[in-house]
Amino acid sequence: MTTNDALLSVENLVVEYPVGRGRKVHAVSDVSFDVQAGETLGVVGESGCGKSTAGKAIVQLPRPTSGSVLFEGTDLVKLDGDQLRRFRPRLQMIFQDPVSSLNPRRRVEDIVGDPLSVWSAELESSVASKQERKAKVAEVLEAVGLDPVSAAGRRPHEFSGGQCQRISIARALVLEPKVLICDEPVSALDVSIQAQIINLLEAMKARFSLTLVFISHDLAVVRNISDRVAVMYLGKLCELAPSDVLYRTPAHPYTAALLASIPEPDPAIVPSTTGRLTGELPSSIDPPSGCRFRTRCPRAEERCAAEEPVLREVATGQRVACHFPLVEARPAAPANVASQQSA
Amino acid sequence: MSRGHTTAGHEYPEIPAETLLTVEDLRTTFDTPRGKLTAVDGVSFELEAGRTLGVVGESGSGKTVLSRSVMRLLPKRGATSTGRVRFNGHEMVGLTQKQLRGIWGTELAMVFQDPMTSLNPTMRIGNQITESLRYHLGMSSSEATEHAVVLLSSVGIPTPERRLHDYPHQLSGGLRQRVTIAIALACGPRLLFADEPTTALDVTVQAQILDLLAAQQRERSMAMILVTHDLGVVAGRTDDIAVMYGGKIVEQAPTKTLFAEMRMPYTEALLGSIPRADQPSHTPLQAIPGRPPDLVSPPPGCRFAPRCPYAQPRCRHEEPPLREAPTKGHRFACWFPVGTPEGRQALEENRVRGVALDPARSVTT
Ligand SMILES: Nc1ncnc2c1ncn2[C@@H]1O[C@H](COP(=O)(O)OP(=O)(O)OP(=O)(O)O)[C@@H](O)[C@H]1O
Ligand SMILES: Nc1ncnc2c1ncn2[C@@H]1O[C@H](COP(=O)(O)OP(=O)(O)O)[C@@H](O)[C@H]1O
Ligand code: SF4
Ligand code: SF4
Ligand SMILES: [Mg+2]
Ligand SMILES: [Mg+2]
Repeated sequence: MTTNDALLSVENLVVEYPVGRGRKVHAVSDVSFDVQAGETLGVVGESGCGKSTAGKAIVQLPRPTSGSVLFEGTDLVKLDGDQLRRFRPRLQMIFQDPVSSLNPRRRVEDIVGDPLSVWSAELESSVASKQERKAKVAEVLEAVGLDPVSAAGRRPHEFSGGQCQRISIARALVLEPKVLICDEPVSALDVSIQAQIINLLEAMKARFSLTLVFISHDLAVVRNISDRVAVMYLGKLCELAPSDVLYRTPAHPYTAALLASIPEPDPAIVPSTTGRLTGELPSSIDPPSGCRFRTRCPRAEERCAAEEPVLREVATGQRVACHFPLVEARPAAPANVASQQSA
Repeated sequence: MSRGHTTAGHEYPEIPAETLLTVEDLRTTFDTPRGKLTAVDGVSFELEAGRTLGVVGESGSGKTVLSRSVMRLLPKRGATSTGRVRFNGHEMVGLTQKQLRGIWGTELAMVFQDPMTSLNPTMRIGNQITESLRYHLGMSSSEATEHAVVLLSSVGIPTPERRLHDYPHQLSGGLRQRVTIAIALACGPRLLFADEPTTALDVTVQAQILDLLAAQQRERSMAMILVTHDLGVVAGRTDDIAVMYGGKIVEQAPTKTLFAEMRMPYTEALLGSIPRADQPSHTPLQAIPGRPPDLVSPPPGCRFAPRCPYAQPRCRHEEPPLREAPTKGHRFACWFPVGTPEGRQALEENRVRGVALDPARSVTT
């Protein structure tokens, strides 16, 4: 399943949260995917489907229940605390709420500069002196579109939500990470500011050769920024495909239902109620047998309750976990090695 | 566009228009430690019975304060609101709390962004619905319960009899919002204010709730004011749209006209900044640089000038009035409107002068 040149390979990831009386939330259940160096992988799905949990498990905060997370070939799950520490700066995460994720009492210069002292032993390029650190902080602040001179001495509450998100991006970039995991980084922002941050992430990705995992429930945002998209439902991976393929020809009935719900900013398109999801999301403590989507799936048959569908390829690079996908697998083609590679 | 209204694309026969709501020169200010904040600054509009008006704008543009000022649901302290609000034959400004309570819930109802703010967390949802039915419509307890079941099932809640006994925290966000809609609809209002009713919800649930509002509105020929920051939400679901910026309506038009003939650079910018699911990935977005004005001390002239790619010296000291466009019902406030020779020239001059705002960068401060 894994190609060797993947920067990050998540294999059979399982995360369960105990909730008392022997019961547990199946937040992420046997999820596998690769992220190639330099690509942006989008992760979409409804609230509670396990997107954040998967993102946090990649950076081992907290450690997953089982499975492996290979970063440049090293399984982070198997590392002890000290060994893991060396990898931390390389995998950074930014969160949805830019304001609460910044320490309100500290000045921007310190918020962005602190990681440099905390991780000084683990960093490849050393920024030992105070001068060097200051210069590095100024460089990333400048890069995220803040004026280092006027911003450095101010505190988070003096900034808008969009500017706070720029500060958290700067704080992550200062460590020169390889992978940036963005958990709903624009969901709390106004559309106009959202666009600023998306454009900024695209620019930073190019400038610092980043690999992004971009988690969001906003399908339009995800298509815009991602090379490939993973769709999750109730802890499971349903579909994984190059974004333009996924949005043009979704193979999983759940993907199709998600796409049918996107509001179109065009008055000529009358919202049609066909293809809408009905019913409620089942509990992730006691998920349905077989295919977890079957209780809401318009294509469900008996087999879906009995047998869990496995992820299989139906078109180049498009993999789907469904017994009756909307895109039928082509007759077996000669082993195709490049299938993982995004366009 | 014809008068026959087209809510959510359903053509209806011509009905004589009846003005349900008239708002004139509404102005709402708050006393804040930094000085007087003018959240709604001279807003006027009309709404006919049965129609849907979308109100869009960035956060802080005054959408919520406008809705609350129309409903007269403002904080008792520190808020001052003047102007005229005529609703269904009542002059709302100056009514006592007691008189207002007779109107709220019966003729005028509301649904807010966070359903928890309008639900009582310590009360079973059944009682929350029946309370209103008994108070406003004088129903008996059993009549009210019967009606509550009908209401819950009409808003798509499965096994409504069982749900009557649930507390709000036992429901998902989507179900909770359905309950607040059921409560809002309970007494058959003529106008429903929906302030960001789906902003806190998933896309799938958002679509269900918007479908529900549209269906209920059609069935009850109720008027609706749908407040949102997302032009995508209102595009297919409103008859008219008012765009707010810095406490003012800066453009208003029948929905199709607004999209086809937008005149205000802010409307254009708002639309351009939305990522679209039908565009290929990595399509650059046209971000609006900077951020909305501070309503304690807004900039002189046009409030959008510091962020406007069309802005000329005149815009920075002379405020453009809201004026009529050639298409009926279309108004906008701009000196150099989009799609006109003046606008094109202004844009070109800025380009030549090199002051075109770079969308990839933000303006600090
Ligand atoms: N610490 C925890 N203890 C128990 N259950 C948890 C915990 N964290 C998450 N969960 C549960 O795990 C599941 C997945 O949660 P997660 O936060 O990953 O979802 P998500 O896809 O990120 O949702 P959202 O879009 O709302 O952010 C949910 O059912 C959630 O309630
Ligand atoms: N109770 C209040 N006291 C002081 N300022 C307020 C109050 N309510 C709203 N405002 C201010 O009024 C302006 C408009 O707010 P609001 O109507 O909530 O915006 P929107 O709904 O468009 O996001 C903002 O600057 C906001 O901070
Ligand atoms: S496996 Fe069955 S229930 Fe699951 S998505 Fe496919 S058709 Fe639907
Ligand atoms: S062109 Fe001038 S008047 Fe028109 S929106 Fe821009 S700044 Fe305002
Ligand atoms: Mg999350
Ligand atoms: Mg609001």
